[in-house]
Amino acid sequence: MIKKYVGKYFPIFLFPTVIAFFVAFIAPFVIGLYLSFCDFTTVTNARFIGLENYLRIFSESSDFLNALWFTVKFTVVSVISINVLAFALALILTRPMKGTSGFRTGFFMPNLIGGIVLGYIWQIIINGVLGYFGVDITYAAKYGFWGLVILTNWQQIGYMMIIYIAGIQNVPSDMLEAADIDGASYFQKLRYIIIPTVSSAVTICTFLTLSNSFKLFDQNLALTGGAPGNQTAMLALDIYKTFYNRVGSEGIGQAKAVIFFVIVALIALVQQYVTLSRDTE
Amino acid sequence: MKTKNKRLDLLFYILLSLLALVFIAPVLIVLSNSFKGQFYITDSPFTLPDATTFVGLENYVNGLRKTGFFSAFLYSTFITVCSVVVIVFFTSMAAWYISRVRNAFTKAIYYALVFSMIVPFQMVMFSLSKITNAMNLDNPIGIIFIYLGFGAGLSVFLFTGFVSGIPNEVEEAAMIDGATPVRMYFSVVFPMMKPIVITVAILNAMWIWNDYLLPYLLIGNKYKTIPIAVQYLQGGYGSRDMGALMAMLVLSIIPVVVFYLTCQKYIIKGVVAGAVKG
Repeated sequence: MIKKYVGKYFPIFLFPTVIAFFVAFIAPFVIGLYLSFCDFTTVTNARFIGLENYLRIFSESSDFLNALWFTVKFTVVSVISINVLAFALALILTRPMKGTSGFRTGFFMPNLIGGIVLGYIWQIIINGVLGYFGVDITYAAKYGFWGLVILTNWQQIGYMMIIYIAGIQNVPSDMLEAADIDGASYFQKLRYIIIPTVSSAVTICTFLTLSNSFKLFDQNLALTGGAPGNQTAMLALDIYKTFYNRVGSEGIGQAKAVIFFVIVALIALVQQYVTLSRDTE
Repeated sequence: MKTKNKRLDLLFYILLSLLALVFIAPVLIVLSNSFKGQFYITDSPFTLPDATTFVGLENYVNGLRKTGFFSAFLYSTFITVCSVVVIVFFTSMAAWYISRVRNAFTKAIYYALVFSMIVPFQMVMFSLSKITNAMNLDNPIGIIFIYLGFGAGLSVFLFTGFVSGIPNEVEEAAMIDGATPVRMYFSVVFPMMKPIVITVAILNAMWIWNDYLLPYLLIGNKYKTIPIAVQYLQGGYGSRDMGALMAMLVLSIIPVVVFYLTCQKYIIKGVVAGAVKG
């Protein structure tokens, strides 16, 4: 009934969003895909060259593979550290004690600060510490790596902590009381009651941090800008630099972007699969 | 048992307070450096300003002049507020239509929108900046339209999930009373969507306010938002003015902290709801 009545009003309800979506997403996406098979400096002078851009990614320099490896290492370390620390904080803050909400507010705050600003805040601090040893963050790739890990931990622990707290609060208290009566230790309760109950929060936070870390750009640009050389450039920054810092390599940049998109899409598909198989369990 | 718990609590308080200090310290260090002469900052960032290093508001004056921070603040505010209003208004309408009128066309649009959520910006940044330029959308008004299109994925997804859970009996009653679909939507449906409107508005506001690359590539040459102004100070001409940078970092954080402290409850709820459903 409603369907028929509302149906013909699509120009009012649907068109503004759909037209904007077409201009801002569909068209650039399709053109971008096509351009990855072209030689071009602007959209209008594109010339089809098949797979050449994709081959040149790997034949011309090792930047892309370096960025991929750096990104994977960074993602593994930051996903584990953020989730372990956030979960530990959530466990402490769900204990029955006073004043926990103030701590929650404080720990969550860095999440709202933008990536560029975060990058410069940490640059001054890390350079200040490294200054005692006579070096700075651009001196070696390992400094940039750990700098980025610290920065993303600082930014995202509070956020993930809030999601874990919501999960832990769903743990049935009668089960915990029953376990207490049976004489279960704290770690037994954690292992057999709390962790199984929050497993959906674990899935959400793992994939959220995974995708955030993999796509990191602003923080990377501001903290190290890829220095020394391009050694600390992650995938997104490497693509950006290929586009805008090297004239004539736009095609390679676009081909890199397509590969980047495919990897990110695969992560999303795995997440979908894990979430669905958990729901049907 | 009781005393053991009390001691444990005390231990946790100490631990949490130390951690809270670690979380707050970076912001305080930047604040303290913003009052020091620019050449003292890199050498000793961890000391408080003293008689030799204190320069009062000089860094703020320099920074404001070099970055045009006031205009950046106005552009950021204008673009964020307008985009959020436009996104909430139009994507909620589209989501309601998609959920009530199910056919091949609306389904295709819905799946395309969900698909857009997983595409990283680097995939479209080059062609998008060329299209915006060709269509004369490379200004603070045009970018609102781009944000509507680029933010539509998550917003329609969240709105559709919510509105599908509202039974349509009320709408049918309004229809029988002779309300047009537009009137029905604004007087019956939209008011019921308030909780999700807050979530969508906060998620988009945080994204757009902090967004760097999209506005930089699209309008950054002529119109600088706050993140662009901060980055400009860093990468710009000549030697970099650390004092001005510190002062601008402080000025960029203040609006965010004020916003957070005033709408803290909604922000935490909205962010979690967005994460759990996205």
